[in-house]
Amino acid sequence: MAHFDENARPFSEKWLDERLGVVTLKKVLSTEYWIPKDINFLWAMGMVLAATFGLLLISGIFLLMYYKPDTAMAFDSVNYTIMTEVGYGWLWRHIHGVGASLVFLIIYIHMFTGIYYGSYKKGREMIWISGMLLFVTFSAEAFSGYMLPWGQMSYWAGMVITNLFSGGSLEAYGLVEWIRGDYVPGDAFLTRFFMLHVLLLPLVIIGLIVLHFGTLRLPHVNNQKGEEIDFKEAAELYKAGRKKESKVIPFNPVFLSKDIFVVGVYFILFFYLVFYHFDFAMDPVNFDPADGLKTPPHIYPEWYFLWSYEILRPFNKDIGLIAFGIAQVALFFLPFVDRSPNVAPAHKRGLFNLWFWVLLIDMVVLTILGKLPPEGIYNDLGLVAAIVFLLLGPALFVVTKMEKKI
Amino acid sequence: MKELKVLAVVVFFSLLVYWGVEPFAHGQMHKHVESDNFAYSDLPKITKEGDAANGGDLVMGAGACIGCHSINSQGIPAPMDAVTAAATYGVNPPDLSNIGALYNEKFLAALFKNPAHALNVEHKFDPASGKMHPMVPFYGAGGDIDQEVADMVAYFKSIAPKELSAKEAFDDACGRCHAMRYDHYTQLGDTPEFKYEKDALAHQIKLLEYQEHLKAYMGKLPPDLSTIIRARSADFLETFIENPQTQLPGTSMPRVGLSKEGYEKVEAYLTKIGDPSKPQREALGPWVLGFFVIFSILAFLWKKYQWRDLH
Amino acid sequence: MKEQGRRDFMGMALGGFTALGGLGALYAMKRSWDPLPSVKAAGFTTIDLSAAQENVLNIESWRGKPIFVLKKSADMKADERDVVIGSDRFHVTIGLCTHLGCIPAYLPDEKIFRCACHGGEFDTSGHQIFGPPPSPLEIPPFRLEGTTIVLGEEGPEFKKMKDSGLIA
Repeated sequence: MAHFDENARPFSEKWLDERLGVVTLKKVLSTEYWIPKDINFLWAMGMVLAATFGLLLISGIFLLMYYKPDTAMAFDSVNYTIMTEVGYGWLWRHIHGVGASLVFLIIYIHMFTGIYYGSYKKGREMIWISGMLLFVTFSAEAFSGYMLPWGQMSYWAGMVITNLFSGGSLEAYGLVEWIRGDYVPGDAFLTRFFMLHVLLLPLVIIGLIVLHFGTLRLPHVNNQKGEEIDFKEAAELYKAGRKKESKVIPFNPVFLSKDIFVVGVYFILFFYLVFYHFDFAMDPVNFDPADGLKTPPHIYPEWYFLWSYEILRPFNKDIGLIAFGIAQVALFFLPFVDRSPNVAPAHKRGLFNLWFWVLLIDMVVLTILGKLPPEGIYNDLGLVAAIVFLLLGPALFVVTKMEKKI
Repeated sequence: MKELKVLAVVVFFSLLVYWGVEPFAHGQMHKHVESDNFAYSDLPKITKEGDAANGGDLVMGAGACIGCHSINSQGIPAPMDAVTAAATYGVNPPDLSNIGALYNEKFLAALFKNPAHALNVEHKFDPASGKMHPMVPFYGAGGDIDQEVADMVAYFKSIAPKELSAKEAFDDACGRCHAMRYDHYTQLGDTPEFKYEKDALAHQIKLLEYQEHLKAYMGKLPPDLSTIIRARSADFLETFIENPQTQLPGTSMPRVGLSKEGYEKVEAYLTKIGDPSKPQREALGPWVLGFFVIFSILAFLWKKYQWRDLH
Repeated sequence: MKEQGRRDFMGMALGGFTALGGLGALYAMKRSWDPLPSVKAAGFTTIDLSAAQENVLNIESWRGKPIFVLKKSADMKADERDVVIGSDRFHVTIGLCTHLGCIPAYLPDEKIFRCACHGGEFDTSGHQIFGPPPSPLEIPPFRLEGTTIVLGEEGPEFKKMKDSGLIA
């Protein structure tokens, strides 16, 4: 048995420390979790994501109270009951829709920050991989969530994406029917995606977030110069009161204070969109109830899937699927394809800098083309952009192999 | 400051993606249609001064309007019930009490003389093909047809109410083809509350029979409009209702003939039913945004305090 | 822990202001739990009493509960709990035994209500006359409109009953 002080007052810090180790926990996770001082606001994107996920969870809870996962009732449970009858139901719906869209904007900013500053290298590979797993899981969560209102876009996006699983020339229609639980997206399809969206995937996300935080702890957060900091030494300096000389700050309250400011500004943008500008997140096409006998003139996924969707489009059926498959997993391998030893911001890494901007611009171009109708010059540009994306993998290998050590 | 440069880059690429994916792409998908602003430029002006009294006589007499149409405000009932009317004509002919308040007068004049032309459904009802529009044109009562038509328009304007609610406008202009389930309204009007299930089912059967006739007449059942205000842009709705052929060429939906004021009433009703939280949203928005502005200021000051010893 | 002797005023201000926002959010969440307008609107039942027959029990429904409507015959004693319309007297109560909530059956020959669960009995005015029920059958809030009665609203007759202590 551990030592227990009889005089410790119940629920005091000492009492809790003896039973739960709260003093050590607080130091390790909070007041002595050292973060580099040389950072910019992009370092707050993790907290912004946590705040957005929190909003999605809370708004989701209230939507869940009234949503009916039945193809005959789903659309009206959202657009009549929640939007017009439930007190502040419209507010939760708007927060949920805008949040689902913005979370991906922040995920992409967060990802590109990591790529730019080399935060996926040298001890941080698991941070990158757990982050990529989060991206994939959030994508599944977003897709499953989009099915739920059972509007025209829900139905037809569900139809198109599940059709992909037929595997082109493999013609695995049995697999497609198994995924749907029916010949076409119907009640079984809706309820299983409801299960995924409301229970299974949120649990996986929460587990992955815990993992993601865990993978950060030992390697520590990166900094703007990619410098390898002696955290023990810097921590001693800080604790001795020599804060100006120390290269680190404690997570709580110093790093947190900057995080919270960035989150505050973010919420101004977030709620502006919630109240005044939300069509980008709640597409008008989905305000038509699902009709399996009427295809809308334009079907497109949500904006954050467009780059990936566009890689599918220019090629013939089988090549397209292969390219699409490669695109989904390519980024996972980033820490292992990058052969250079340098952990530094891209602008210090010669050709890697060019590679970075080509990647970013290519994904922006693919995103925009993914929304445009597949006609004329858009088709040609799409093919070029898709090929560029696929070549970026081998290009990275070559560029980083040639990179001189800084 | 370096951080502002970074912010500028992030904002630039975010806005670029937004522009490409929203305004630009939607502009490419849906070509802009110019609105006629409810001027009905293709229809001739009414050149005669209308005499409402004579118009009334014509409406009741040679015009034969009341052979199919009710005029409830004048105590003239419909000659048959809605379902039988739909079986006969495809759709229940509208009541005429309010048309003087809702519809453009050039449209009304053109409608009496040549319904298929005014309604822009000549692609469906072409005398050469033998298919006639169910509304029989007014061939004149022996005098100057333009004068007679002007008189009839003047009559309808004279009996029109001064005030018309948004729902009455919808009921008049749209209600014979379009249901509004979020307002418990169908092509048969407001759905009453039934005590016994048998009565509710009987009403539903009547409605289904009506809808069958309507579907046969129109080619497909006109959609319920409960969420249309969020399913289409304001531009689309205005140009579509003004002249459906400009947005959906070949559609069965007739040009309804609403005046600008009439359209605004209908649009107000569509918004009330399809987006009823709009006033609350617009009232709450400034408070929430104001809260986060103050929050950010306080957070900034706290950050400054926490970081004061560090540089 | 307290390296500075100073209080973190900014932190407290920020925390306090955030808590205010939290209160607002909690209010919105509370409102989301409120019964929906359509549910509240369905809380009123209108019953037409003109077609009722003497000594024939009609069971209506109000807010999910059974409602006993019994037109009293001449041999049934008048009671201050009766709903009076002209020369007719009606027994209008919530049809749930005041013992443990079962629905008593009406026996028109004996002119009593008998509850099958534990044998409790009520007379045609709703008074408990035998067995475990501790109190008379409850009178629902009502408003009279000619020969119709609207349950869920408190009319002047109901208010009078309340003032006389007839309503629990």
